[in-house]
Amino acid sequence: MKKVTHRNSISRLFLAIAFLLTFSSTFTVTQAQEADPKKGKELFNSLCAACHKRYKKATGPALFGVTERHSTEWIYKWVKNSSALIASGDSEAVAIFEEYNKVAMNAFPQLSNADIDNILAYVMEPKAAPSQSVVGGQSGQPSRDSESSSGVEANIVLGLLALVLVVLVLVLFLVNKTLRNFANQNNIELPVKEQRKPLWKAFLDNQFLLLVSAIFMLLLSAYFVYGYLMQVGVDQGYEPVQPIHYSHRIHAGVNKIECKYCHSSARVSKHSGIPSLNVCMNCHKSISEVAEATQAEGLKEYGVNYNDQIKKLYKATGWNPEKQAYTEESKPVKWIRIHNLPDFAYFNHSQHVMVGGVACQKCHGPVEEMEIMYQYSPLTMGWCINCHRETNVKVEGNEYYEKIHEQLSKKYGVDKLTAAQMGGLECGKCHY
Amino acid sequence: MSSNKKYWSSVEELKDSSMVEALKQNEFSEVLPVEGFLEDKEALDDSSTSRRDFLKYVGFSTAAATLAACEGPVIKSIPYVVQPEQIVPGVANYYATTIADGFDFANVLVKTREGRPIKIESNRLAGANGSANARVHASVLSMYDSNRLKTPQIGGKPSNWLTFDRVLSGKLAEAKGKVVLLTQTFASPSTNKLISEFIATKSNVSHVVYDAVSNSEAVAAYEEVYGVRGLANYDFSKANIIVAIGADFLGDWQGGGYESDYAKGRVPSNGKMSHHIQVEANMTLSGANADKRYPIKPSKQKEVLAAIYGYVTKNSVNVSSDSSKLALKISKELASAGNNGVLVTGIQDKDAQLMALAINNALRSRAFNASSPKLTSQGDVLKIDNLVKEMNTGQIGAILIAGTNPVYSLPNSSDFVKGLKKVGLTVSFASTADETASLCEFVATTPHYLESWGDTEINKGVYGLMQPAIRPLFNTRQFQDTLLKLVGSSLTFDKYIKENWKTSILGGKSYNKALHDGVFVTDTNEILEANFTLPSLSFNKSDGLELTLYTKTAMGDGQQANNPWLQELPDPLTRASWDNYLLVSKKDASNLGLENRNVANGALNGSLANVTVGGVTLENVPVIIQPGQAEGSVGLALGYGRKQGLKEEMQVGVNAYNLYKNQKAVQSVVVEKVSGEHEFACVQLQRTLMGRGDIIKETTLEIFNTKDKSHYNAIPQVSLDHTETPVTSPDVDLWDEFDRTVGHHFNLSIDLNGCTGCGACVVACHAENNVPVVGKSEVRRSRDMHWLRIDRYYSSEETFEGDNAKKEGFSGLGESLSGFGSMEEPSENPQVAFQPVMCQHCNHAPCETVCPVAATSHGRQGQNHMAYNRCVGTRYCANNCPYKVRRFNWFLYNGNDEFDFHMNNDLGRMVVNPDVTVRSRGVMEKCSMCMQMTQKTILDAKRDGRPVKTGDFATACSNACSTGAITFGDINDKESSVAKSLEGDRMYHLLEHVGTKPNVQYQVKVRNTKEA
Repeated sequence: MKKVTHRNSISRLFLAIAFLLTFSSTFTVTQAQEADPKKGKELFNSLCAACHKRYKKATGPALFGVTERHSTEWIYKWVKNSSALIASGDSEAVAIFEEYNKVAMNAFPQLSNADIDNILAYVMEPKAAPSQSVVGGQSGQPSRDSESSSGVEANIVLGLLALVLVVLVLVLFLVNKTLRNFANQNNIELPVKEQRKPLWKAFLDNQFLLLVSAIFMLLLSAYFVYGYLMQVGVDQGYEPVQPIHYSHRIHAGVNKIECKYCHSSARVSKHSGIPSLNVCMNCHKSISEVAEATQAEGLKEYGVNYNDQIKKLYKATGWNPEKQAYTEESKPVKWIRIHNLPDFAYFNHSQHVMVGGVACQKCHGPVEEMEIMYQYSPLTMGWCINCHRETNVKVEGNEYYEKIHEQLSKKYGVDKLTAAQMGGLECGKCHY
Repeated sequence: MSSNKKYWSSVEELKDSSMVEALKQNEFSEVLPVEGFLEDKEALDDSSTSRRDFLKYVGFSTAAATLAACEGPVIKSIPYVVQPEQIVPGVANYYATTIADGFDFANVLVKTREGRPIKIESNRLAGANGSANARVHASVLSMYDSNRLKTPQIGGKPSNWLTFDRVLSGKLAEAKGKVVLLTQTFASPSTNKLISEFIATKSNVSHVVYDAVSNSEAVAAYEEVYGVRGLANYDFSKANIIVAIGADFLGDWQGGGYESDYAKGRVPSNGKMSHHIQVEANMTLSGANADKRYPIKPSKQKEVLAAIYGYVTKNSVNVSSDSSKLALKISKELASAGNNGVLVTGIQDKDAQLMALAINNALRSRAFNASSPKLTSQGDVLKIDNLVKEMNTGQIGAILIAGTNPVYSLPNSSDFVKGLKKVGLTVSFASTADETASLCEFVATTPHYLESWGDTEINKGVYGLMQPAIRPLFNTRQFQDTLLKLVGSSLTFDKYIKENWKTSILGGKSYNKALHDGVFVTDTNEILEANFTLPSLSFNKSDGLELTLYTKTAMGDGQQANNPWLQELPDPLTRASWDNYLLVSKKDASNLGLENRNVANGALNGSLANVTVGGVTLENVPVIIQPGQAEGSVGLALGYGRKQGLKEEMQVGVNAYNLYKNQKAVQSVVVEKVSGEHEFACVQLQRTLMGRGDIIKETTLEIFNTKDKSHYNAIPQVSLDHTETPVTSPDVDLWDEFDRTVGHHFNLSIDLNGCTGCGACVVACHAENNVPVVGKSEVRRSRDMHWLRIDRYYSSEETFEGDNAKKEGFSGLGESLSGFGSMEEPSENPQVAFQPVMCQHCNHAPCETVCPVAATSHGRQGQNHMAYNRCVGTRYCANNCPYKVRRFNWFLYNGNDEFDFHMNNDLGRMVVNPDVTVRSRGVMEKCSMCMQMTQKTILDAKRDGRPVKTGDFATACSNACSTGAITFGDINDKESSVAKSLEGDRMYHLLEHVGTKPNVQYQVKVRNTKEA
């Protein structure tokens, strides 16, 4: 405990220095006086963040210190139309263009000079010391202390109560003993309990009961043996360690990426498909590191260094983040497959996802909360069949179903048809 | 009461009890060496393993094994690093390409899954030569042949292309004497251009085209008349009278591919269908489909042809009277048809071919297409002979052999081999170490056509493109690319083709479109000028036996001999798989003492014979007695007996090329019986229908046109309370009928008029449904796994009608017994009928009711489902099936060394269709009506939110059927062809009287027997 608080005091010191520095640097940048780094942050995140980072090279250069490298006038021109600047033969512009693999920067003619000033104000903020999480810890500390102190109190109370109880039992026992002694000494006859036949003997003597309970036990054990055997090959909860610690929680949960963005073949194919690595690189070309808070959370909660995982992806794709190019040899990732259907069962994702409109979560569970993907459903035939019995087929707006829906609703006298009524329980629909 | 009887267990005990006593005392005569070990006290004491230890180990290992078995396998999934745009795992892609292997030429579509070609489909675009036969369908498996060469070879040792090119070009530069390019017919404009460029690089290069199966004379005749080296082309859909003399045009005559046009005219519409007369020696597919067939030995065929020529062109021709009589009959019919008649001949004689051209010209036959000859057979016998001579005299300095295997397929192979040794530089462009490649110093390993670029001009003006559907599996390079290196070009062949097409073929049209379509038809309708010369009319008199060499539906010229699908594909007529054999007529067989007999398990055994042609003897050729074989003639199939570059199981049959003197299919021959018997693997042993006309219903065109349905297609009646009731009536049904009007209800229709028996559907079914290959000995035990079989029946009288009449006429037991006995024998020249039979998907299925575990059940869409994972293998269903269409997996056919076919290696398993389960040992399987295909069609429609279009439903067999005999669809879609045919007059169900209510319809076979 003490150590932690000690560290806190040091970091607090750092924080103070950082603040001081921030102020001093903003003082040195004269234009930024009226510029608003808050507005700049908004603009930066919406327009620039895809290719630029403040303190690190990405698709484009790190923007911290850009005003020291280039004149503000030049930056205005560059941002508004970089290719025109390059075409004009501006040596600075050409040099940057050459350095960054001749990737042209988008033109932003909609930005006013004030906007650009705001952005510059934001990007010229020096890097804050990594203190956020510690600060969070600090604020969390007192509450936890109070919690633990109240716990201690309760424990003491409980302990006292228990002690009182023990003393009480002891006192009663002693009283009883003394009273008996008195009785013995005074020759008072104590009532003797009648000796009864023990229950187990009575049980053994009653043949009928024995038989019934034997049958009951047999049935019970059969039930459990059956239950045990039925779960053989059912891998519900299967959560293997994957070669890359990929967090669905971050991607689908925090960042709300649509499932089918990555698992795009679920729309057209029987396989949902593990996304090829080029899909990962669509985003991870520019996301080489996670946010500091996320990184800290990963280390603390899951014991995983997310940034290392991204590095694994770069290694697999052969991406060199320094050169911003695919320079190394690529090595496919050997994921461990979680959802394994037997060879004799046919399942088609597109049928369920596109035609049926079934949410991915229905079978795969709360993927957006899963740090590591695991098998949520049992994937047994009973489970499939049950859903087919209960689920109504989505017929609205699908011309394919028009005729058969009309005919079948008349036949069964219902308006909604389940998959089973549509023939979804037939053997040959899934086994061929 | 006690008995003093003594019981003895054997005669020996009664007679001489000493031996028996000895045995009684010592039941196990062999002494176990247990005592020796136990007595050796020292060894026992020294042994550190005590009994307790031993038990501990046993216990531990059992427990460990059990625990280890509980662990589920870890399955890895490896996605692409960069996924190609077109490939979505689980979705099939189709590419148009062209097969041109020197024997089979067709424009096809390739189905690929995850980048693996798994199936061939016909290219149905207008103008395409799209009818893929059984061999073309099976060709996809040949790519996954584990015997393929994996690198280029120099002197029998693996090499690499860099060394290969360096050494080869060095040697080629120093080659003394002529350089010869010996190739197959490529029929490829770009390859031909490239070859001419190669020839131009040096002064002494020549190009010799060699076809294993020759059409030399027909090409020469066509060239003489029309000035183009090609084969006359015909469109049989335009003919009312078709006369074929020794031409199996439904088989491989002139490259085949005529059946779809032929079938168009064979299905009666508006009371009309074509009349087909076949004059031939061997029983062929064409003969089997003919309305009138004349079995005539080859030497007489020319006489008949000449006489017809005489009648049609009004020349006088002097032939024997019987030939003349027949010719008169035929020419009258031809004359009555006018320009709707056509005559084709396969007689390998230039004069005969000239006569055929002249006859069609005189008839002004509409079916004869003179302007667009086939360019797929360019070989010249004389040039080959000349080449062999030159090789032996040492004039050849270098020979480059591409796409052919002359050491195997040349009749004078030994001369060729001798000559080859005198050639300084020998290069073979081959994909396996076949007979020729293994004798050549350099083997430039070539890819399969599905891994290659190429182009074709199958018919004049009809161009096709060949594109790779997969990256080459091995370190191979196609012949043309090597040639480009040799001419010093920096282009690859695909660029070369593109350039050539843009400059000289496309005429400004899009290359990408042509590549997408796989076929490009030019509009030029150039009429070739005819220049007839009078053919000379000389006839060879021949009294002895005449041999007609032919190619079998399954094996063709033999280049796909390592393809287990083709080996197991039964011959449509003899129904024998895994063999070739001498076909002999019944009469000749009895003269020569040759026999066929059925052994105890029903399988067929045949005598062996030595077959001698001009001093060359093929020994121990098995014999099959073929009904309809012309007397005085025998037949033998080419393409078998290959020994090199093949798995041992595939080295079956005898090499008939040894008898193919001067590449003439007809030879005079001496046959003598030798001792011994051959064991055949036939999938069908019964030959006749025994007068059961309700199995294959047939009628004549006359009756069909004039009489009511009840005359030729009566619904069977059964007795209900002593009144005759049609079996289709619900009153006589054991089951209650379900409402089948809701949703889809699938029907398969088989038109017996359209089915020529070609077997393409059988192979397509294999490919689509992962049907295993079981091998020759299992087929002999009737354990073949074909989901779809094509039954063949001969009539035992002249006609099937005669059979029916004979059976009806029996009175009394004695007459029945002897009568039925005689009806088992087919007639000398029988009528033939083919009947594809697959699971009939009975609405009231007998198999479903007997399954104890409900593994087979009925779907609402009319399909009879089979859940393999539920099946426990009682085989009750197969026993209760009246159609014998269920197949039992007696063994595990995949990954089993006992069945060392394609499913026993990783390469061969790449052809497996991932949508269909690979069945395991001990389960029943059968036709599913391609459930995976109907499900896919439905899903596609659902996903697009539209009703299924009429004609979208298909099965593998209906897709493969180029004659349109097999059609598939939804009978609840009133526009579909099956819904219409269900109501048609010709529709009947197989064994309708059983009351199974099948979902497979058959259409009554109509024969146009009326003679003009």
